[in-house]
Amino acid sequence: MLAYIIKRILYAIPILIGVNLITFMLFFMVNSPDDMARAQLGAKQVTPELIQSWKEERGYDKPLFINSKEEGLSKVTHTLFVQESLKLFSFDFGFSDSNRDIGADIKVRMIPSLSIALPTFIIALITNISLALLLVLFRGSLLDTSMMVVAVMIMSISGLFYIIAGQVLFSKIWHWVPISGYESGWDGVKFILLPIFIGVFAGIGSGVRWYRSIFLEQINQDYVRTARAKGLSEIKVLFGHVLRNGMLPILTGVVVIIPSLFMGSLIMESFFGIPGLGSYTIDAINSQDFAIVKAMVFLGSVLYIVGLILTDISYTLFDPRVKL
Amino acid sequence: MKLVLLWTDALVWSLVVVLLIWAWVILRSPQIKKTWHTIFKSSIAMASSVVLLFYLFFTLLDSIHLRLALPDEAQKSQTVTYEAQMVSLLDLMFAHNIQHTERTYSAPFATVEYTSSIVVNKEGQTKQVYLPLKYVASDNGFWGKSLKALAVGVCVSLLLVLFHIWWREKRRFVEACKEIVQGKSALPWRTAYVTFMLLVITFIWLYMLSYSYHVLGTDKVGGDVLYQSFKSIRTGVLIGILTTLIMLPVAVILGVSAGLFGGWVDDVIQYLYTTLSSIPGVLLIAAGVLSMQVMMDNHPTWFETTLERSDLRLLFLIIILGITSWTSLCRLLRAETLKISQMEFVTAAKAFGVGKFTIIRRHIVPNLMHIILISVVLDFSGLVLAEAVLSYVGVGVDPTMHSWGNMINQARLEMAREPMVWWSLFSAFVFMFILVLAANLFSDRIQKVLDPRNNT
Repeated sequence: MLAYIIKRILYAIPILIGVNLITFMLFFMVNSPDDMARAQLGAKQVTPELIQSWKEERGYDKPLFINSKEEGLSKVTHTLFVQESLKLFSFDFGFSDSNRDIGADIKVRMIPSLSIALPTFIIALITNISLALLLVLFRGSLLDTSMMVVAVMIMSISGLFYIIAGQVLFSKIWHWVPISGYESGWDGVKFILLPIFIGVFAGIGSGVRWYRSIFLEQINQDYVRTARAKGLSEIKVLFGHVLRNGMLPILTGVVVIIPSLFMGSLIMESFFGIPGLGSYTIDAINSQDFAIVKAMVFLGSVLYIVGLILTDISYTLFDPRVKL
Repeated sequence: MKLVLLWTDALVWSLVVVLLIWAWVILRSPQIKKTWHTIFKSSIAMASSVVLLFYLFFTLLDSIHLRLALPDEAQKSQTVTYEAQMVSLLDLMFAHNIQHTERTYSAPFATVEYTSSIVVNKEGQTKQVYLPLKYVASDNGFWGKSLKALAVGVCVSLLLVLFHIWWREKRRFVEACKEIVQGKSALPWRTAYVTFMLLVITFIWLYMLSYSYHVLGTDKVGGDVLYQSFKSIRTGVLIGILTTLIMLPVAVILGVSAGLFGGWVDDVIQYLYTTLSSIPGVLLIAAGVLSMQVMMDNHPTWFETTLERSDLRLLFLIIILGITSWTSLCRLLRAETLKISQMEFVTAAKAFGVGKFTIIRRHIVPNLMHIILISVVLDFSGLVLAEAVLSYVGVGVDPTMHSWGNMINQARLEMAREPMVWWSLFSAFVFMFILVLAANLFSDRIQKVLDPRNNT
């Protein structure tokens, strides 16, 4: 087990280097260190010397990939790419264009993101699975078919619609919750209710359909027939057998996104004015702050890879047939 | 008049050619023809494909761009000069709506402006009045015009339907009509025709009334929302189809070679798609679009007009979306290829000394077709919805381009006004909803018929 985890982590390193390479190329393809210096030093009288000293100060005077001035191994290591990658690998994200410490910002903004994303995730999981079980219990009935039609319709409406309609209905017309904003602690609950509700509702269509198909796949298996033949009630069959066996395919889809919950939701957070990582990213995109985008890309990939590893581990825990 | 071919136009028309070739292939092979027959046996599939074709029709109409000749004053010069601006056939159709720009917001079918303005009348008093709209018929002929439009709509759609029936069944025209009305035809043509007639009647009603009203209201600067909604169809459909079209060859070539050749080829391709798919999608798109923006700012010579600029940006966006979305299909195709290449008929082909590429062409790709098709139709609706989100984030299509995302983005803040300005959002969402719903229903049906796991 431990050996397997170590192997997976080692395997993640080349992937992260690849991710780095992609973002690095995207960044420096359009943005030379000279441009960055000019943008940073502002509209003041920018002399070539000033640019040079700024670049030396930040280590941007090195060539991108291959340093021909150096000898041996340092030909590769004394380059901008290696230097920037090493910084990212030690989770040192540097400073944004507005000279703020990105690492510190991320730490502060993680909590608001989680306070929306985690409840949404858990509530959505429970509602979707129970609704899907209900539909499977009444499969083929009018309830099932009509709910499936509703599910397709919910799926087909843009997520932006739910947010805008929810804000208008619950905040503007009924005044149940404030339209946007955030507060930490218990006072902030009123701010996160609506985003959570909308997040759950918007995902119900695709979620229920997915879980239902998983359960339906199980229900035609031999062991279910055996369970029925033993005289078990349909409800016992569903909860005791179908749900438990359905957990395995559910795990693959669900565990992988848990770490990514830290990243928050881009749209939701910016609509509701929540100072989380999602709105942080959107602001960075809008102000074309590439340093932040780069940091978030790296963070997102790390979390995704962690999710993949967690999926494998959870498999061994829940399915004794799987051995690592 | 001079035809102009934008980049995306060229892609759209090449797509049409591909579709026609594909249809020819389908008609030639009785086996595939039978599968499609099964797909269209469902009336939902029939109705949704009619809706999809309707949207495709407007996309194509909007993909023929012209430069009109300037009126030659004295007929002296032999050379014809052209207007700098390009117009599409759809623009020509809605020319009256483009010209009839009001001052500001107005509600659907309104005859006065939405907000009151302060006016000084003859006696020198200031008054708050709702100014009448400039290009709206002031008489109350709404019902009369509606009835006329509906009558025209019914006649036109009925004629088109009858023509289609006659074209399909020339000999037994009357019997065919009877069968269709009774719902006894082999395919549910009745549903198809009813859907078609509904669409045509609605369109003609909207279009004819658009001459005397702003049917869906006007936006902040007085632009007609109906026209904007129809213009946005092209952007949405293009992003939905062309993205898959661009990523398809990459996914198929890489997926098949990874599954078939194995070894280091497999390792490299697996590494490639794991790396790409580990980057959160929106962020990769955002990073790509940001880079592209800077690149386009640095090369202003690539395009002459703003339309060309926004078109180029759309093309880049489609390419970036393609780069980010081929990975999942590639993974599926690799797994399936691995499975197929172990099967007896491939081994037999190998034993007969059939070349590798012939095996791929004859035995592997045909067996992957259902996965490819399912993923194309599944991705379509997701991409149409993604366009709106991306435009909201600021990494979507050019802000000057008509798209549902831009409409939503611009109208988003208007909900905070008192009273609300809801029609821009409403139209964008409704137009999007119909397209995505049709695509979802169609893809459900395709999945049901083609996916071997669903045969229980």
